[in-house]
Amino acid sequence: MSLGTGIRLADLIAAICFVLALRGLTGPKTARYGNLLGAGGMTLAIAITFATNGLTHFLLIVGAMAIGTVIAVPAARLVKMTAMPQMVAAFNGVGGGAAALIALATFLRAPAGSLAVYEVVEVLLGVVIGCVSFSGSCIAFAKLQEIMTGRPITYPGQQVWNGIVGVAILGLGVTVCVSSFNWLVAIVLVLALAFGVAFVLPVGGADVPVLISLLNSFTGLAVAASGFVLHSVVLVVAGTLVGASGTLLTQMMSRAMGRSLPNILFSAFGSVITATGGAEGDTTRSVRSASAEDVAILLAYANKVIVVPGYGLAVAQAQHTIRELADLLESRGVQVIYAIHPVAGRMPGHMNVLLAEANVPYEQLKEMDEANPEFQSADVALVVGANDVVNPAAKNNPDSPIYGMPILAVDEARNIVFMKRSMRPGFAGIDNELLFDPKTTLLFGDAKDSLTKVVAAIKAL
Amino acid sequence: MNGGDILSLITVFVLAAFVGFEVIAKVPSTLHTPLMSGTNAIHGVVLVGAMLVLGTASGTSQMVLGFVAVVLATLNVVGGFVVTDRMLEMFKVRKPPKVSAESVSAVAPSTEGGPK
Repeated sequence: MSLGTGIRLADLIAAICFVLALRGLTGPKTARYGNLLGAGGMTLAIAITFATNGLTHFLLIVGAMAIGTVIAVPAARLVKMTAMPQMVAAFNGVGGGAAALIALATFLRAPAGSLAVYEVVEVLLGVVIGCVSFSGSCIAFAKLQEIMTGRPITYPGQQVWNGIVGVAILGLGVTVCVSSFNWLVAIVLVLALAFGVAFVLPVGGADVPVLISLLNSFTGLAVAASGFVLHSVVLVVAGTLVGASGTLLTQMMSRAMGRSLPNILFSAFGSVITATGGAEGDTTRSVRSASAEDVAILLAYANKVIVVPGYGLAVAQAQHTIRELADLLESRGVQVIYAIHPVAGRMPGHMNVLLAEANVPYEQLKEMDEANPEFQSADVALVVGANDVVNPAAKNNPDSPIYGMPILAVDEARNIVFMKRSMRPGFAGIDNELLFDPKTTLLFGDAKDSLTKVVAAIKAL
Repeated sequence: MNGGDILSLITVFVLAAFVGFEVIAKVPSTLHTPLMSGTNAIHGVVLVGAMLVLGTASGTSQMVLGFVAVVLATLNVVGGFVVTDRMLEMFKVRKPPKVSAESVSAVAPSTEGGPK
């Protein structure tokens, strides 16, 4: 067996590992095994690459890999669970950047005019998609990290400008293909970077995770394109797998939010907050705020309490305290369940991960469809740091930007307790009528502090 | 590359696209984020391409491009798998003897509140 055949066989095994890894990741029981299998396939694909005929600069390669590893491992290990989404965005962006650089380097290496048209097309696809993914992920990272505002950024004629940039990229691309003006590739590259930024700016708040998923599938396609450039089967297979499954996953995620993908990308979600006129309403309308002792009594003498966790719980790292509260209530004979909205927190599944970390029993976590009928018989709905996912405007107000999003039927519970830091609207920037409801009690403060106080108050009862 | 090679690559591309669509047809919403993170790690295979570019580079600009590409791709692949593993650590079967692997798997399908 020749070396070349060996490499091809290893690539085949790696490709099989990637497919099985994806399948494993779709089930809770097999997910971790799937990820490890993917990592195994990856290690094989990378290791066998060192055996490629004519490969030199081994020290440089190992050095660059060492630098990457030294940065990536601590970053991935130490990042807080709440910051996971932007970490994924960052790792996705650099992948797109690498794909663009590969296409670019291959293009610059070839003598001018020596590439066939389809080869130039491959290069351009790699550069354009890779750059869009890179700059788009940077902006998504900045939004989630709150380096810049999470609100949608819009300006007049936004879609028209984006369209013009898109057409310009296409036109220049065609020109590069049919002429020998290779320097035009530099302009295409800059335009693609600008397009990535412009594409992400109008996407706001809670929609960013769906956008990251879309950019993730873009990077997959960019990697596939660079695979075509380098004639590497393993790159084409893995890149295409991610491109296809990522597109499907993006659709699933947007459907979980009750909205279509074009709606998320182009509707500038949340930009109409001021239009719905909440600002002056806040100060004039009264809300009922209570002490931790009041809340403690309400909870301790209830029969059934439904906890609705949200991003505020995650930020305050209050998952262990909420579990303590739930245990305490259960020891008093109160039934406690958790209602998990599919997009509670900042990513689908975010809450499940946090609560699982606090060893909340799996059976107590109810998905939305399962949880909603329970609210009618609940004495207290305890909303900890969530807002948009319980906002009845999604059901009642066709003018609201979140209209149509499925929500948790918290308003059907006999009493509602909101634990919030302030009256500020949620991530989507929309006022919540429920806060002014007569059966709502507010407990202001950091979720963890509030919960700790409530726990102490219940113990004192 | 001759015409036959590009055609076989296109064949691989089309088949991989079908497999990609089929293999994740049903995912509980709980696993959306880990799955995204996992696919993110898999496109880190771009490191293989970056290694080929750097390993066959001649001239400073090629070497710089290749070097940066390898660093970026390594960030993608290493960071991607580690982050995914951290997310999935939370799904491991817990210690209490009552919660056996079977009961977890029996509960698992009920988490499919996701869209159909």
